[in-house]
Amino acid sequence: MNVPTMAEMMAQGKQPEVLFWVGCAGSFDDRAKKITKAFVKILNKAKVDFAVLGTEESCTGDPAKRAGNEMLFQMQAMTNIEVLNGYEVKKIVTACPHCFNTIKNEYPELGGTYEVMHHTQFLKTLLAEGRITIEGGKFKGKRITFHDPCYLGRANDVYEAPRELIQKLDVELVEMKRCKVNGLCCGAGGAQMFKEPEKGNKDINVVRTEEAIETKPNIIATGCPFCNTMMTDGVKATNNEASVEVLDIAELIANAEDL
Amino acid sequence: MEYIDNFLFAILLVFGIGFFIKNLKKLKRNINLGKDIDRSDRIGERWNNMFRIALGQSKMIRRPVSGVLHIIVYVGFVIINIEVLEIIIDGLFGTHRVLSFMGGFYSFLIASFEILAVLVLVAVIVFWIRRMIIRIPRFWNKEMKGFPKNDALYILYFEMVLMSLFLIMNATDVHFQELNSGNPVSQFVADLFNGFSLETNHLIERTSWWMHIAGILVFLNYLYYSKHLHILLAFPNTFFANLNPQGQFTNDKTVLKEVQMMMDPNTDAFAAPPEGEEDEVPEKFGASDVTDLNWVQLMNAYTCTECGRCTSVCPANQTGKELSPRAIMMKTRDRVEEVGNNIDQNGEFKEDGKQLLYDYIAPEELWACTSCNACVEECPIDIDPLSIIMDMRRYLVMEESAAPQELNIMMTNVENNGAPWQYNQMDRLNWKDE
Repeated sequence: MNVPTMAEMMAQGKQPEVLFWVGCAGSFDDRAKKITKAFVKILNKAKVDFAVLGTEESCTGDPAKRAGNEMLFQMQAMTNIEVLNGYEVKKIVTACPHCFNTIKNEYPELGGTYEVMHHTQFLKTLLAEGRITIEGGKFKGKRITFHDPCYLGRANDVYEAPRELIQKLDVELVEMKRCKVNGLCCGAGGAQMFKEPEKGNKDINVVRTEEAIETKPNIIATGCPFCNTMMTDGVKATNNEASVEVLDIAELIANAEDL
Repeated sequence: MEYIDNFLFAILLVFGIGFFIKNLKKLKRNINLGKDIDRSDRIGERWNNMFRIALGQSKMIRRPVSGVLHIIVYVGFVIINIEVLEIIIDGLFGTHRVLSFMGGFYSFLIASFEILAVLVLVAVIVFWIRRMIIRIPRFWNKEMKGFPKNDALYILYFEMVLMSLFLIMNATDVHFQELNSGNPVSQFVADLFNGFSLETNHLIERTSWWMHIAGILVFLNYLYYSKHLHILLAFPNTFFANLNPQGQFTNDKTVLKEVQMMMDPNTDAFAAPPEGEEDEVPEKFGASDVTDLNWVQLMNAYTCTECGRCTSVCPANQTGKELSPRAIMMKTRDRVEEVGNNIDQNGEFKEDGKQLLYDYIAPEELWACTSCNACVEECPIDIDPLSIIMDMRRYLVMEESAAPQELNIMMTNVENNGAPWQYNQMDRLNWKDE
């Protein structure tokens, strides 16, 4: 796996085509790391000239901001912007809708303006440019339902890119009762990922997983490491581990080709 | 004595409209208790939003049954009110059906009013059935007890009565019925009154006429006290709505000043405050009361008609948590009203020992939100409960350090090692070789 850092690139006097913003989940969470690697495998195969920040990357500040700690958010943002601008970054791709939303929408006012893409959007352009091909492979004919991450869907109106990629896999894409603008949250947003839910009578991720299970899928696809965790937990909680897998779209594409 | 009717009518009109204007002024004053926010950009988009969402009801029809019924009531309400114009002229000048000189066109107008009146009547009855017989859950949430529930019913009864009065008024207008033109509905209603004498018919007609216009004026003045202000405020509310992507939360400017100062290497941390600013109270972070919110948020609160679509799609509410986005709006409005009344009584706001946070909205509600924007997306007139929740979280965290313990741990991690979990920033690229 070839993963150059911006520092290495700069030392060689090179400027990559795109910066891959890995994000905290993608860097540290064991499940999300698999998504990161799957995405990098696709980038390598397509010979995309990319780099990561590596140890110079830091939390975008999204969870702090949604939790109400605007002070910490802005300090994170300013620090990151200083690093990004230092490397003269123009284009960023990330597999995390929270990082995507924060950098794309909230950084410009603080001095960080970049072209920001979610990895599904980026993969879609690679496909359109003929730099990658997507084949069903082992997923051919499977039933897949896509769970819209709130920060990709409602927050930024990205509904079609992930669906177009899934359809290229020669699978049956089935929609949940509530999808796209009406999609139900997985329960992780707004910093809920990092705390116990407030008192209630059910867990949100279980409700959402039940909706997904209703479509009788072989796979629940997501485009967010946090949704992935929540849906995976939901599949376990509803005893569907044996029949349903939760996979990121990058994993679907990479695994289909056995990368 | 022959002008006594006209005189009474003029008084009724002046009082009815005067009282309404007085309340409108109060409404404006209360909304302006909010902080300033600039929503004067992208004017074209704003007009477009208003035409599409408020006038065109584009978001209402996402739920087709209530959407179509609502459009009937809305169109009926707007069009039938043309009739009020004639009523006002008749009332002031003692004429009768002054516009009837228009002949065929007049008949066409009245005929369409009559048909709309029946449609509105039916729609309103269906609304009542949905509330009281089918008991659609969003009308029965916990915040819908007492006045909010009755308020909704009063409005429905009002509309039923006004539509009936309009039809009875036409039915008992013997001369109008004799012309037999423009009375597609009232001719059947007239059968009910056939047995009565001319005088009785006339008396019923006059009574209906007076009750109809008086009813409209009472309804107009009920608006301010009810959830029904949306018929007016939906327009400015959609016009001034947030146009940025829903995921883009505001970057707090007060915080920005502090952060810039902190990160500026030239800042002297030990410097005394500039001359004359020593006693200045630093601006509050976030919102603990309605005066910390901005005027658009307060207008949102007055615009909310408590339909509960937001709450019905809220993931927290659906899983039994305390949070209801509709209740956030209702409580905000209750508190603005309280502050407004306080000002009215005391000339200026007199500390009442209360605030929006704790006395109206509990932290438990705020911490249940996943910031998923479902409520914002769902609101048929672009109300944004999430922005209030976020502003109040900011107050809780930055002014009171009152975040739930697990969030404090998360934030400490972000601060110390640049990730919400306790991993070393130097290990960020380890995945590459694992």
